[in-house]
Amino acid sequence: MQVADTQALKTKLSVKDLNFYYGKFHALKGINLEIPEKKVTAFIGPSGCGKSTLLRIFNRMFELYPEQRAVGQVLLDGEDLLSSKEDVALLRAKVGMVFQKPTPFPMSIFDNIAFGVKLFENLNATDMEERVEWALRKSALWTEVKDKLHQSGSGLSGGQQQRLCIARGIAIKPEVLLLDEPCSALDPISTAKVEELIVELKDDYTVVIVTHNMQQAARCSDFTAYMYLGDLVEFGPTEQMFFKPSRKETEDYITGRFG
Amino acid sequence: MPEKHLSTQFDSELTSVSSQVMEMGGLVESQIRQAIYSLAQFNVEAAQGVAAAEARVNAMEVEIDHELSSIIARRQPTARDLRLLIAISKTTANLERVGDEAAKIARMVCSIIQSGAPRSLPSLELRVAADLASGLLKKALDAFARLDVNAAVAILKEDDLIDQEFDGFVRKLVTYMMEDPRMISPSLDLLFLAKAIERIGDHAKNIAEFIVYVVKGEDIRHTNMAKIESVIQ
Repeated sequence: MQVADTQALKTKLSVKDLNFYYGKFHALKGINLEIPEKKVTAFIGPSGCGKSTLLRIFNRMFELYPEQRAVGQVLLDGEDLLSSKEDVALLRAKVGMVFQKPTPFPMSIFDNIAFGVKLFENLNATDMEERVEWALRKSALWTEVKDKLHQSGSGLSGGQQQRLCIARGIAIKPEVLLLDEPCSALDPISTAKVEELIVELKDDYTVVIVTHNMQQAARCSDFTAYMYLGDLVEFGPTEQMFFKPSRKETEDYITGRFG
Repeated sequence: MPEKHLSTQFDSELTSVSSQVMEMGGLVESQIRQAIYSLAQFNVEAAQGVAAAEARVNAMEVEIDHELSSIIARRQPTARDLRLLIAISKTTANLERVGDEAAKIARMVCSIIQSGAPRSLPSLELRVAADLASGLLKKALDAFARLDVNAAVAILKEDDLIDQEFDGFVRKLVTYMMEDPRMISPSLDLLFLAKAIERIGDHAKNIAEFIVYVVKGEDIRHTNMAKIESVIQ
């Protein structure tokens, strides 16, 4: 059994001594973590353990709320994104996010995808059509929607809407894709399609996924981090985490002995 | 498994399948005892009884495997739970083979009795080895019930003793056959019988190896004692 060997891989996101506060509540306690490039990393742990909080720091989503505070460093390719003066919109173009519930914009399927692209790139009509098709093919939605691109995105099924959101996320060609419980509102068939997609996406992107479904983490991630009460308890190759975790707390959680 | 799962149903399924393994182990142990008795007494009825128990042992192997598949399909066990279920599957396969070896011993005893010269054969050492092997299997099952790694490692060492007994017996048997060629045929039966005893020791050893696999998550098959000692530290 291999020990966590993230050394040989290039690190995309490096979290150093990261603490996070919701007002006075200390939600993340001294997190250190190296997320490898072009791999899928899953965060698992019980509700309130801080996994979504950590994910939302990676594209500074928390800055919408003044009482929330992150202390420490999160390096994206070596640049600290917390202290950066870079426009948050540019950061989010590099670090995209897909939420738990599908959130299509109230516009056509085509425009849902083109909208974000227009903010960052100036493409002519043909290039834009190509980009939209590319994103829809990549997210395994093309064959289902190619004849109704100009119908409303909210007319799609839940699973299709979620894949539309993923298509929207990858259309602007981010470097990192954050997925916060992307399948929790989906049926098993849509879930399987999204999981297939996650595995394919890692050829081009670094994917970080938060999931309550441990089997999902086991199925589609390369590395798994187990968090509990704001601490990172264990981080290692997914196979090792599910076969022979080194911490007893991790084993209790993944075998269902928790609590 | 000391700690309980959130699902008490899962706990009771694991407990149930574990106790089925122990029941199967008990059946196999009594097969061996009967085989040894038939060897010590050259008793045909006892020998025939060994084969009769075989059907029940085989059926239990199938039942337990069915239970295991069902648990794996419905519970998606991980880590220690997964290792336990795999180890149980391997253990029952080994127990079934032990049952086969016991039946083989009984067959050889019948064959030796039919040859008409049982008492003059050097079977005493074999009874010693058979007791060793049967004791080893019992220890392996006890250690499995308690998931006792230290007891498991002691079993691995003890199996070497049985292997030494076997080698010594083969040398003695060769001498015996050279002295009286008329005894070659029953002596060969005795050799197969000795081999069956030696195999029982090996199966006990395999079971012991799976105890280490369950508890430590390390596969120690086909390694050496130095590696095993380092694993259980």
